[in-house]
Amino acid sequence: MTTATLAPESVGLTRDEYEEIRRRLGRDPSPLELRMFGVMWSEHCGYKHSKVTLELLPAESPRLLQGPGENAGVLDIGGGWAVAFKMESHNHPSAVDPFNGAATGVGGIIRDVLSMGARPIALVDSLRFGPLDDPTSRRQAAGIIAGIAAYGNCVGIPTVAGELVAHPGYRGTPLVNVACVGLLRHGDVARSRAAGPGNAVMLVGARTGRDGIGGAAFASAELDTGSEREDRASVQIGDPFAGKLLIEATLDALRAGGVIAVQDLGAAGLTCATSEMAARGGMGMRLELERVPVREEGMRPDEILLSESQERMLLIVAPGATERVAEIYRRWGLRAAVVGDVVAAPSLTVHSGGTPLVSLPPYALAEAPVHRPAAREPATLRARWTMPDLPMVDPAAALRTLLSTPAVAHKRAVYEQYDHMVQIRTVVVPGAGDAAVLRLPELSPRGLALVADGDGRLADLDPYRGARRAVAEAAANLACVGAAPLGLTDCLNFGNPEHPEVFWTFRQAVTGIADACRAMRIPVVGGNVSFYNESPDGPVLPTPVITMVGLLEDVSRTCGAGFREAEDIIVLISAADPDLAASSYASAVHGIEAGRPADVDLDAHQRVLAVVREAVARGWLSSAHDCSDGGAAVAVTESAILGTIGADVTLPAAARTDAALFGEAPSRFILSLPEDRLSDLQALAAVHGVPVAILGRTGGDRLRIAATGQREQGWTIDLALDELSRAYESLADIL
Amino acid sequence: MRFGVVIFPASNCDRDCVHVLRAVLGQEVEEVWYEERSLDGLDAVVLPGGFAYGDYLRAGAVAARAPVMTAVRAFAQVGGAVLGICNGFQILLEAGLLPGAMLRNAVLRFRCTTVHVRVESTQTPFTRTLREGHVLQMPIAHGEGNYFAPGSLLSTIEEAGQVVFRYCDADGRVTSDANPNGSVRNVAGVCNPAGNVVGLMPHPERASEEVLGSRDGRLLFESVITTVIARREAPKQSRLYEIATGLRPSQQGRSPRPFGARDD
Repeated sequence: MTTATLAPESVGLTRDEYEEIRRRLGRDPSPLELRMFGVMWSEHCGYKHSKVTLELLPAESPRLLQGPGENAGVLDIGGGWAVAFKMESHNHPSAVDPFNGAATGVGGIIRDVLSMGARPIALVDSLRFGPLDDPTSRRQAAGIIAGIAAYGNCVGIPTVAGELVAHPGYRGTPLVNVACVGLLRHGDVARSRAAGPGNAVMLVGARTGRDGIGGAAFASAELDTGSEREDRASVQIGDPFAGKLLIEATLDALRAGGVIAVQDLGAAGLTCATSEMAARGGMGMRLELERVPVREEGMRPDEILLSESQERMLLIVAPGATERVAEIYRRWGLRAAVVGDVVAAPSLTVHSGGTPLVSLPPYALAEAPVHRPAAREPATLRARWTMPDLPMVDPAAALRTLLSTPAVAHKRAVYEQYDHMVQIRTVVVPGAGDAAVLRLPELSPRGLALVADGDGRLADLDPYRGARRAVAEAAANLACVGAAPLGLTDCLNFGNPEHPEVFWTFRQAVTGIADACRAMRIPVVGGNVSFYNESPDGPVLPTPVITMVGLLEDVSRTCGAGFREAEDIIVLISAADPDLAASSYASAVHGIEAGRPADVDLDAHQRVLAVVREAVARGWLSSAHDCSDGGAAVAVTESAILGTIGADVTLPAAARTDAALFGEAPSRFILSLPEDRLSDLQALAAVHGVPVAILGRTGGDRLRIAATGQREQGWTIDLALDELSRAYESLADIL
Repeated sequence: MRFGVVIFPASNCDRDCVHVLRAVLGQEVEEVWYEERSLDGLDAVVLPGGFAYGDYLRAGAVAARAPVMTAVRAFAQVGGAVLGICNGFQILLEAGLLPGAMLRNAVLRFRCTTVHVRVESTQTPFTRTLREGHVLQMPIAHGEGNYFAPGSLLSTIEEAGQVVFRYCDADGRVTSDANPNGSVRNVAGVCNPAGNVVGLMPHPERASEEVLGSRDGRLLFESVITTVIARREAPKQSRLYEIATGLRPSQQGRSPRPFGARDD
């Protein structure tokens, strides 16, 4: 491979980028150096198409201990404790090898949080597949879920929240976005800046093998029909056993002292970790390849430098502490080898057997050139904002259809495959509430709430509004369990950014998230961009996914989504009128995805959230559930099914019966509460200027809904709860 | 009293067990590293859940051969109380300290959910203070919890009272619908002939605090605490002694039968 010529295109770079390398180095790069540039300047590592846009996202918060730019964001939660969290995609590997792609995605995000010095305490996964009656999509779904389970269960980190959406827009390009949340003390925040010339560079964990070479570059290319066969060598294989040992050993090593900086090895392996750590610290690094523990004989320098073998970390360690650190890793059955040292001159040099192979300024590698791609509104966008007249259908049949669509249906079949209780923090388990709730015995009675939200269908019809709605929805879910938002991490899944329409959509979505976060004062502490999610059918649905972390003052005062008592009053509190444009009903029942999604009035939204949050915190409510896919009718039905208690409700009248039942809008909640708490809730809502509509009562084993505003005109829907439950449990037959 | 919680590489419920025993129940807890060769000074030992050695080869197979298991075996032989939870149960089966074997769940998938189990035997230190038929609600989380014993062995252990827990519904009925993993005759936990070594698939440590939805699991830990303390301290005539040892005052002519002692 070390022949003199290597075309830039063969490592995924353009001629212009090659010229930029020449300009930065003042010479031609060697073939090995060019390969290193190829992975570091890939979209996956270099963020070259997204960097400028991402600067729109606000990270300001009085709680901020670490914003974007490190391996994960860190926010103060009081009492000297902090949370670290980050979300990342593993879409391309999961398309090619669903099980291993998803498993290593989990392993990678865990190590990001571990790199901050935090003990990982929860995982959140947001999944999107093609239609589940399509054999390939179904196989990918089963493999991806099994992969997440295999890794998360073994390492003992509970998977407590997530999403599952099936849509033709993800056929062939499933999205696997995984977030990890960790807990740490303020004083234990670790960073990844190399410092102190003479300090040792230690490579710890698994040995380096020939797996995943060029994975980052592969993740930055479109998949074609042959990818599943040809790209398998680019997918890494995870070892959750080693991953678990790495967590324990690294936390022990950080506690023992002498560790100056930490970084996990993910995409682009040693090349990325060494150049980024050195660049962040304004230092240089000397690396000796023969000291890297390898899995097999005869590995070439480029293979060692680019390997994406999992379960490895790079540490900067004070010279006197290397033996102690090595001993800690040995105790956990892992290797820790000194592979080089930090040097003052800002140059990353790589030697093999005393022969210098590489000499590059770290920043030249780590700071990929910034692109400002052309942006153009999709030509067909505005035409799709015209909502056709929907024919009237049987409301009961429509309700059953909506309940059985994967995005709405009960996810029991998925989350039962995940250990969601290990670490004994899970107070509200997946499926029981609008967000998961974890207790914090460290800060008792406080707790954390976690939720993931995104809506590719809305974002496809209006990326700005769709992204704002995702942020609003996540905050709404947190409010239902009584939590206030701390911060969020996002995963931005789009097609090829070199297509102007894709890039315009991406920029609109980022702007939407940024505006919503500014208005709601929620910091974006980190995230991930995944471009090139394209199948032969075209780009994936534009899908910004939000993982939001919230704080509860008292976990014993949280709230589930299911009705709890018969004879409770059911109310709708709302700051918006329901609308069929871009609704799940139009999509799932009529096969129509059109209309401009309603925007969210963030001021009104905040006021409604304040009411819900306070009502939960005061213990007034029996249940709280936001109206999302399928509108008020689906929200009431879900509360009934989850609580196994029926209900009689009369929904406020709308222009059409189906709009009253299934129309969607942000800022709407179905609450149930004992009658003697109603006046309290009404008084609180009045203070915030939020209308409360009394819909009816819980009780019985049927769900009866009048959609006319007038019960005298008869029930629009009258179904046994058992029948509705069967529709709601549809995923049990599929996954 | 003093508990030992064994930590194998990739045990992952060890910290949960330590939390419940130490912070919830106020007991002394020693974290026992898998290379340890002595369990001196301990009153009871817990093998926690998780994926010891990644469950590579077979669940529990490698851990059963770890150095600490020699000490666990010796501890069990002199009547020490040993509880294996989930992966800990699998390890005790692989070590031959409990009868039977684990198959993959009948659904062929990992399952994490809440189940009910019925107490079938109170002749163990972990169930001594409970009553037969007591229904406990606890979580499970396993992929290989489908307990199996061939017909003859199953008859033997059933007749000997070695089935300690069976999966049941909330009303205590042992039905196939209440069986989460296909275990033969709904067996959720068994003990050795002497009763001092108990293994079960459900996680009592996940059901030991009200905020987590159930306190039923705590009863197992409270039972062993009561039993061990009573055996050590209570006067032989007391009711507590009787509860702790299963011996009536009329049987006191003989020295109390320690857990693990073999009948002649």
